[in-house]
Amino acid sequence: MQGRPVDKRLRLIFAGLGLVLMVAIAVWMLQGLPEGRARSFVLGLRAERLAGLLLVGVTTGVATVMFQTLAGNRVLTPQIMGFDSLYILLQTILVAGLGITGFASIPTWSKFLLDTAVMIALGCILFGSLLGRGSRDIARTILTGVILGVMFRSLSAFIGRVLDPNEFAVVQQSSFASFGHLDAALLPVAAILTAAAVGLALSMAGQLDVLGLGRDRAVALGLRHRRVVFVTLGLVAVLVAVPTALIGPVTFFGLIVAGLTHGILRNPRHAMLLPAAGMIAAIMLIAGQLVFERLLGQASFLSVVIEFAGGLFFLYLLLKGRIR
Amino acid sequence: MRYLPGAILVLALLMLASLTVGAASVDLTTIRQDPYAMLVLLESRLPRTLAVALTGSALAVAGVVLQSLVRNRFVGPETTGTAESAALGLLAITILAPGAPIWARMGVASLAAMAGTALFVTIIRRLPVREVMLVPIAGLVLAGVLRAIATFIGWQTDLLQYVDGWLMAGEFSGVIAGRYELLWIAALAAGLAWFAADRFAILGLGDQVATGLGLSVRAVMRLGLAVVAVVMAMVMTTVGLIPFLGLVVPNIVARIMGDNLRASIPVVAVFGAALLLACDLIGRLIRYPYEIPVGTILGVIGAAIFLWMLYARPARG
Amino acid sequence: MIRIEDVSHSIGPARILHDIRTGFPKGRLTALIGPNGAGKSTLVRLVGRLENLQSGRISVDGHDLALTQTLELARVMAILGQDTAIASRLRVRELVAFGRWPHHNGRPRADDHARVETALENFALTQLADRFLDEISGGQAQRAHIAMCFAQDTPWLLLDEPLNNLDMSHSRALMQRVSDLVRRQGRSVVMVVHEINYAAAWADHIIAMKDGRIMAEGDPDTVLNQRTLSELYDADVQVSRHQDRPLVLHHA
Repeated sequence: MQGRPVDKRLRLIFAGLGLVLMVAIAVWMLQGLPEGRARSFVLGLRAERLAGLLLVGVTTGVATVMFQTLAGNRVLTPQIMGFDSLYILLQTILVAGLGITGFASIPTWSKFLLDTAVMIALGCILFGSLLGRGSRDIARTILTGVILGVMFRSLSAFIGRVLDPNEFAVVQQSSFASFGHLDAALLPVAAILTAAAVGLALSMAGQLDVLGLGRDRAVALGLRHRRVVFVTLGLVAVLVAVPTALIGPVTFFGLIVAGLTHGILRNPRHAMLLPAAGMIAAIMLIAGQLVFERLLGQASFLSVVIEFAGGLFFLYLLLKGRIR
Repeated sequence: MRYLPGAILVLALLMLASLTVGAASVDLTTIRQDPYAMLVLLESRLPRTLAVALTGSALAVAGVVLQSLVRNRFVGPETTGTAESAALGLLAITILAPGAPIWARMGVASLAAMAGTALFVTIIRRLPVREVMLVPIAGLVLAGVLRAIATFIGWQTDLLQYVDGWLMAGEFSGVIAGRYELLWIAALAAGLAWFAADRFAILGLGDQVATGLGLSVRAVMRLGLAVVAVVMAMVMTTVGLIPFLGLVVPNIVARIMGDNLRASIPVVAVFGAALLLACDLIGRLIRYPYEIPVGTILGVIGAAIFLWMLYARPARG
Repeated sequence: MIRIEDVSHSIGPARILHDIRTGFPKGRLTALIGPNGAGKSTLVRLVGRLENLQSGRISVDGHDLALTQTLELARVMAILGQDTAIASRLRVRELVAFGRWPHHNGRPRADDHARVETALENFALTQLADRFLDEISGGQAQRAHIAMCFAQDTPWLLLDEPLNNLDMSHSRALMQRVSDLVRRQGRSVVMVVHEINYAAAWADHIIAMKDGRIMAEGDPDTVLNQRTLSELYDADVQVSRHQDRPLVLHHA
């Protein structure tokens, strides 16, 4: 389909991304390893964290690219639209429904699956109507999402307080995510769900290409538009649930990743975009965490810096008139 | 002026309720014989009720002023980075001059809030004119960026606890006599806005019309920014962030009686106080004797009203 | 008399006005005509101090624009800009009443209320006075804005394309009204007009502009001739006469 030079360029890009990712992983695992007994312990700990960062990166990158294709807009991200707040709200409601001990006694597996199922349903209801029809008024859509996000967060804070006015410990949430503290118990489930969702996303890469042309053209080209929209939303829901559960809310990370991916690749094919987005996000997270944790000794900083840079990037897009 | 008496009546009833609700029982009919109840009333209940009413009316009036400055209905002083800038100012003076007296701290916070709001106005003046919805988005994102800076600095200097106290959901449970009086300054600033109501109303008609009528756009703009900044700085340091109040109250009042600010600002002030009191009462009663922060309650109710606003009226601002 | 001396204006690299030197006569209805982008609106906006003067000098009845307080100028001239879209939710009467603001600064007297009512009446707005601006048509809102300028009750009235959004009968009524002000009350009006025949029918003085320069000025009979107009609009234009005034035929 594409001419040879383009293919060559893309191959180079992927080779470069792969190389950088490998180097980042190597440095992450091996830098400053202690001698003796502590060695294997540290290696295990680092491997765990690495897995978390990789999962967060891949899910955020893939989810954002898919979501932007669905919305026909390069500014929206699931997090900006309040998807992650919805997940947090859901957690709170689950705790409220089952009680704290009840919540703790469900196995991680079924908890995660239940969450995701409800997320998919709610996400489809809420955002399907907002985005699926190719809404013209992007700004209003964004605003709706942002406000929904605030509402969901306040609602979960509210339920949390009513539930447990003293402690408010079960669904603790802060305004910034922490890459420093991953919930390791969730890793296996998260990994399997991520693999499944990313695999499915890659398998429908061709349909996503068509979806990106906009609803009218997609329908004219014979795409089962509604179905693809809902499957996409479902996948996005899964891919948002994973990082939110692992580290907490990161509003603007996906925006930076998707912007970089489109900028570097300059190619509309999702078979290329999705893996590249995943790799770029993973590289950014690992490298960023390396810098902040090992170089500056500030493990919790990365998310704040990402929010800062992402917010500025968003304002830049806004002033450039890219948000319409 | 038809709406004012009713609004005042509702406010008075809510204030009365607020005086009697709480962990310790206060019976207003027998209070003269009960020194303990009197103490609770004067040291805790009355200050709290006043604090809520002052905050509500000042925030709502600040909302009106801001909306006429930027000519956009979908913004409020809480969604434009004003509070975050004030927090940055407070951080700065806490770090650089820890022993500074309270008036200096408030002055710096107000100036920083003014600078932040001016930055917001500068940004949105560069946006495409007809994009009504982009203005609030720009404000929310700017607030996020400023909040990230404040968090960053707070982390570095071990002041994060304070930053969270300023920027998390506001509440009045800590208000006692001697800890809320700054709010009177906020109310004073709101009163100043009423004196200049015509000027803000004219500015709301556009720079052209304002200049044509002989108004100095820059001077009115500065006055407005000062009012918004002082209100936000005082409220933020005393009770924290109260979301959506300054955004939705002016909208509801404008739907009913329009934007003739000379007539509508008193109604906005009374309505703002009443709404905040109602939310505060809900927060105090729903899980009695525990409290839910009024900021959380408004986060839900205010967001719902805002969403309704977004879709109920045509997007002409 | 409004004097304009050596006024030039640029927006970025683009030169909008080149060394304009002219005057608007007192007690007359002056019309600015010319193709799009000629600089008519810019000139009127400069006179109405809606734009900042970059070079040159403008004075209104002896008040130098650069030296006079803006509030004082608001009692000498009223200006209607093109952008009349407003976000505020105001009633028609409230909008028109703001026209009196330069005179009372927030403390209206009975006289101010009376003038507002007169302005409403003159523009057939009395019926609509208590409606909100966002509940009436674009033409009605445009009339409300013009009424506000009239209520300002100044010797000079600057109107930048006031006929926007107005249908034929209201356009005629407005021109009638404006010309009454000039002839009966001795006021002076400057307006940018797109439909050239309104200028032909009502104006006392016409200034024709093209590419930021003044091509011709004078009374309608001097300016509105076939040669000038064809050059002005780069199109073949015929001029005939109707009721002793020029009538421009441009339906080629």
